Amino acid sequence: MINFDYIRPSTQKAALDSITKDVNAKFIAGGTNLVDLMKHGVETPQKVIDINKLPLRNIDERKTGVIRIGALALNSEVAESELIQNKLPLLSQALEAGASPQLRNMATIGGNILQRTRCPYFYDTTMPCNKRKPGTGCSALNGFNRMHAIFGATDQCIAVHPSDMSVALTALDAFVVIAGPKGERKLAFKDFHRLPGATPHIETNLQRNEIITAVEVPDQSSFANKSLYEKIRDRASYAFALVSVAVAVEMNGSSIKNIKLAMGGVAHKPWRLTETENFLRGKQASDSVFEQAATIAMKGAKGYGYNNFKLKLAPNTLVDALKKATGKVG
Amino acid sequence: MDKEKKLENINENPPYKQESRRGFLKKSSAVMALALAPPALLKAAEKDETIASYFEKIPLELSVNGTSHKLSVEPRVTLLDLLREQLHLTGTKKGCDWGQCGACTVHVDGKRTLSCLSLAVMQHGKEITTIEGLADGDILHPMQEAFIKHDGFQCGYCTPGHIMSAVACVREGHAGSVEEIKHYMSGNICRCGAYPNIVNAIKEVNEKGGSI
Ligand SMILES: Cc1cc2nc3c(=O)[nH]c(=O)nc-3n(C[C@H](O)[C@H](O)[C@H](O)COP(=O)(O)OP(=O)(O)OC[C@H]3O[C@@H](n4cnc5c(N)ncnc54)[C@H](O)[C@@H]3O)c2cc1C
Ligand code: FES
Ligand code: FES
Repeated sequence: MINFDYIRPSTQKAALDSITKDVNAKFIAGGTNLVDLMKHGVETPQKVIDINKLPLRNIDERKTGVIRIGALALNSEVAESELIQNKLPLLSQALEAGASPQLRNMATIGGNILQRTRCPYFYDTTMPCNKRKPGTGCSALNGFNRMHAIFGATDQCIAVHPSDMSVALTALDAFVVIAGPKGERKLAFKDFHRLPGATPHIETNLQRNEIITAVEVPDQSSFANKSLYEKIRDRASYAFALVSVAVAVEMNGSSIKNIKLAMGGVAHKPWRLTETENFLRGKQASDSVFEQAATIAMKGAKGYGYNNFKLKLAPNTLVDALKKATGKVG
Repeated sequence: MDKEKKLENINENPPYKQESRRGFLKKSSAVMALALAPPALLKAAEKDETIASYFEKIPLELSVNGTSHKLSVEPRVTLLDLLREQLHLTGTKKGCDWGQCGACTVHVDGKRTLSCLSLAVMQHGKEITTIEGLADGDILHPMQEAFIKHDGFQCGYCTPGHIMSAVACVREGHAGSVEEIKHYMSGNICRCGAYPNIVNAIKEVNEKGGSI
């Protein structure tokens, strides 16, 4: 690892001043992604700004029912928080499905959102990669692309966003709370991450001199007891998703009153299934309705060779998750 | 390390980066820094970024297995390398060095953590426990006993990480069933495949109960 300067500011203002001043600086929170990428030579910050002294670790519920989770709350703390388990079980499940206990003890909520792709060509500095080095090409396009995207990719980049948590938060209509030199702003999760387009190196709509301070989830009590994060991976635990589905549903007898759906492992961002949700709303829960929903969800999907299996795995996982979440499982 | 020692350390490792010394001398806060005595310089560096950035090594205080250490480290040194190379505690193993195998697992303030992805400077003020700190003198920790009894290893390379992780797994209350143990121990890889025996060891320690 190359050497770098290290600072540990104790106020948000000092952290923001420092990142604004220095274009080669990076924040570090848990370090589980940044240190790994620095060891690989993919990230080479000249200055690392440790934000762990900032008071951003609380998890609390507002009077409005909004749940606010500080950016520095650990993945394990959030997953095991009683409030989250009761009110947002989908989030808890998605966190538990990610990484390992050791990593969840280190990883923060803010860092999790901003973790970068696990595409092997992105990690291998000897290979072309538009995301790491714009203009060099995408090695995965005609390479080993088993883990790669089936939605929203371009010939510039077919990488996927690896976070499980972000898939759940996208389904739950959560917001990313951001502070910058000009004050605070909020971005809906679905607008936070970007599709690759012609600029796959720009992964989110966060500016480089902004910091994530929290995540806010609107009141989801009507969905709490029928939600599920289903993750399909190469081994039963401790592997990134091939395909995952986050579903939260509100039933009215045997018909679907309201539903929220997102998929992971399939695109450069958590993939919200709005059209599928619209189709399902008001329908009786049944196998054939779920099959139709899956057909709608898969519109526009495209395989790149080694990942063609996802064209089957994704709809199958969606149908399975819908059956389980609605209680229609035989 | 006392104040004298700290001074010595600074003299051994000049606090300014040679290559940027000229730039350094130009900056007013740096000129101010030159006027300070070294201990005061350290203090000033905590507050002033410009001064801090001219240190090659950063002062670090932490406790390892109950012993406190005052050290100075380059920011790029991981906790794993600090333990093995500076403190000569080689029980903690380097498997992948990329957070994928769990061989480097230690406890930081009681939480199981991967030392290979932890920067040492970020552990300031923390309490670290390594495999060397688990036994009570000659009396092995119950988890160590159980690994021996159940043959929870072959080559032994993953074992320190597995044992540290297993102790935490039981303390967290995540060892209630074989399924649960498998999920909450999945961050530790054993290339010899001693998994069933490892699971049995953890199960037994959990069933015996008591504080471990
Ligand atoms: C072996 C392995 C397996 C894994 N498996 C999974 C998995 O199955 N599912 C999954 O979802 N994840 C998985 N992960 C990824 C893990 O979840 C992320 O590495 C972790 O969440 C990142 O959080 P962090 O706090 O450590 O981030 P850091 O490494 O500290 O930071 C990551 C990035 O975010 C920036 N950053 C951090 N906090 C802020 C903030 N508040 N504001 C602005 N910028 C910020 C940093 O500058 C950096 O660019 C795995 C990781 C490893 C190593
Ligand atoms: S050496 Fe740290 S996880 Fe492999
Ligand atoms: S005992 Fe050899 S790797 Fe586990």
